[in-house]
Amino acid sequence: MKNGKDLLTVKPEKRRREPISNTNLLMSITVCTFIGMYVLAMIVWKGGFLNPQQFLDLFNNNAFLLIIACGLTMVMISGGIDISGGGITALVTMACVVYLEDRGGTVIGSMLLALVIGIGFGLVHGILIAYMDIQPFIVTLAGMFFARGMVTIVSIAPRTATHADFMKIKQMRITLPGIGYYGKTGNFIPAQIEPGVIVAVTIVIIIAVVLKWTRFGRNLYAIGGHSSSALMLGINVKRTRFFAYLIAGILSGIAGYVYLMHTGAGDAANATQAEMQAIASNIIGGTLLTGGVGNVIGTLFGMLSLKTITNIVIASGLTKPYYQSITTGLMLCFFILLQSVILAIRERGSIKLLLPEWMRTGKSKKK
Amino acid sequence: MGNGLKKIARSQLIIPLIALLLLIVFNLIRDIEFFSITVKTDNSGNSVLSGNLISILNGASAVAIMSIGMTLITSSCKGQDISVAALAAIAGSVFVSVLRSNEITIPVIIIAFLFCTVIAVLFSLFNGVLVAVFKIQPMIATLILFSAGRSIAYWINGGATPTVQSPLLASIGGFIPGIPIPTPIIIMVIFLILISLVLRFTNLGLYTQVVGINEGTAHLNGINPVWIKLIAFIISGICVATAGCITVCRIGLINHETLLLDAEMDVILSVAIGGTALSGGKFNLYGSVLGAYVIQALTVTLYAMKVPSAAVKSYKAIVIILIVLISSPVVRSFTVKAYKKLFKKQEAKEIPVKAS
Repeated sequence: MKNGKDLLTVKPEKRRREPISNTNLLMSITVCTFIGMYVLAMIVWKGGFLNPQQFLDLFNNNAFLLIIACGLTMVMISGGIDISGGGITALVTMACVVYLEDRGGTVIGSMLLALVIGIGFGLVHGILIAYMDIQPFIVTLAGMFFARGMVTIVSIAPRTATHADFMKIKQMRITLPGIGYYGKTGNFIPAQIEPGVIVAVTIVIIIAVVLKWTRFGRNLYAIGGHSSSALMLGINVKRTRFFAYLIAGILSGIAGYVYLMHTGAGDAANATQAEMQAIASNIIGGTLLTGGVGNVIGTLFGMLSLKTITNIVIASGLTKPYYQSITTGLMLCFFILLQSVILAIRERGSIKLLLPEWMRTGKSKKK
Repeated sequence: MGNGLKKIARSQLIIPLIALLLLIVFNLIRDIEFFSITVKTDNSGNSVLSGNLISILNGASAVAIMSIGMTLITSSCKGQDISVAALAAIAGSVFVSVLRSNEITIPVIIIAFLFCTVIAVLFSLFNGVLVAVFKIQPMIATLILFSAGRSIAYWINGGATPTVQSPLLASIGGFIPGIPIPTPIIIMVIFLILISLVLRFTNLGLYTQVVGINEGTAHLNGINPVWIKLIAFIISGICVATAGCITVCRIGLINHETLLLDAEMDVILSVAIGGTALSGGKFNLYGSVLGAYVIQALTVTLYAMKVPSAAVKSYKAIVIILIVLISSPVVRSFTVKAYKKLFKKQEAKEIPVKAS
């Protein structure tokens, strides 16, 4: 029988028994799938997939989705759900356009407005879910309904932004040096990204750091793994959950502004089903709805996989919209089953291990 | 008296009943005409009942039927099926495609209904197997059909929105000649009676709750949780097919995009308002059905107040949050404490008065 000291010193054996945490395993499956899928697409369909701009367009078009999904990752790790992202995004786009056009607002003012809307929703969700103990699904569903309804109250007709300062930001492109492609006439066209992508990538990095190295991030994992154990460890469960929803709300607000920077229009149909796509990105990225397992990097690759499969479906000639959602469904089905099987096998394996090691692979300690 | 009050206060039906009562009182104050029921003559010459109350009962019937299945799923699987509306679109598409390839007579309608029920049950069982056998969270498992379901319906239709016109179908979706009550209400009542008879004379209701409260205990007591969950999904499939067919009959065409749009959210809400905990366990079928009527009553009230249809969602959300807030455990325990304090203070005040 080994004691704790031996476990620390005998490294090779420990590594054999505890190869990889669930989070990292599920994440690496997603990353491998994405890379494999993209390389396959490059070889089979060539054309657009060899063009770096098409890869960057995945980010350009879906920066807002990435931001919503990041907020959702935090909420899902804490064991909750937030389906209000798409609604808040639509509300922010409409409110900002109306503010810029009719009220003579400034760009800074519209950014603040987006943040305030996000914070407002986040606060209400957080208070109701964490302190009032209401099911997150119902609260955020009501949030979504409220936001979608408010969009039409603000303005029923779709609006387009024409504000001069705002258009400058909207048309701003950041050229990536050294990456590009040759156009049909033989000119070198450098690849470009939108400012929204920088915002999204910054947020991904910040949240990855927060989840990995701050007390708040570790608390989220602990709460998602087992909330009553977390409470006994002295973690303020209610406050942590409150902040998770607050941050998700703020990120939805930012996502709304990024969406506006991409399309420049306020419409009640903006970001339709974005919440479900965000959930799908998270699931493919290895975040479990049960909580305690997940990673933002996984979410990033989940989103990329989800959008790449759509591109592949279009490239392979199946342009009818229903093929896209059917393939999305099949892909979700594949990943969900894969996760379920892998986790079941690992659970069964972990029972045989000795107790100290079993506790190391216990749910609350996973990264 | 005190015990009776406590019993009512603890009952799961209290929230939908209070909500319904508040809506009625609100409407009484606002406009008493809201409750008027008139006898009108419709296009085919039948004398039928019409009025806001009838339209509430009629409009909620599809959601109410689906909420029956959802209640069982919620109770046994501790999660919700978000694919019901997409499944209803699939069932409706199958129903229409069978009807269009035959001459519409009563036996054909029955065969079409049975066929689409089988298809809906199969799809529902797909969800059920993912949830019960593979132990995937219901919301995640049903996300697959949620995202693919309407596309499958589109594929069944061949990319069009075919119409079916027949007096027989109109009588299912509207009125049977000679009967002044809309047929969907009658179907809803028959359905509710059938399901409650099944739950009354079998142990299904009890077993469902046991599985929802503690799966391990259920297993140790000889109940197979997998089977119970699958039965819940089968019943939900039947409910969904019925709701889909009623809606198709009512509007006379199948549109995969708009058929029962957002109904899954309404269904889950009606289950939540009906006092069934979304985390599983004890359920109340009548509560869920009442919840569906509460939602429809709210919608009709808002329409009667000339709120634009797109903005109704917003007001609905506020009312929903209020209803859920009132029923939340935190607020409940707070009110109980406040009530006790008030009671004790009154007693304390009364005693000195008597003593003096």
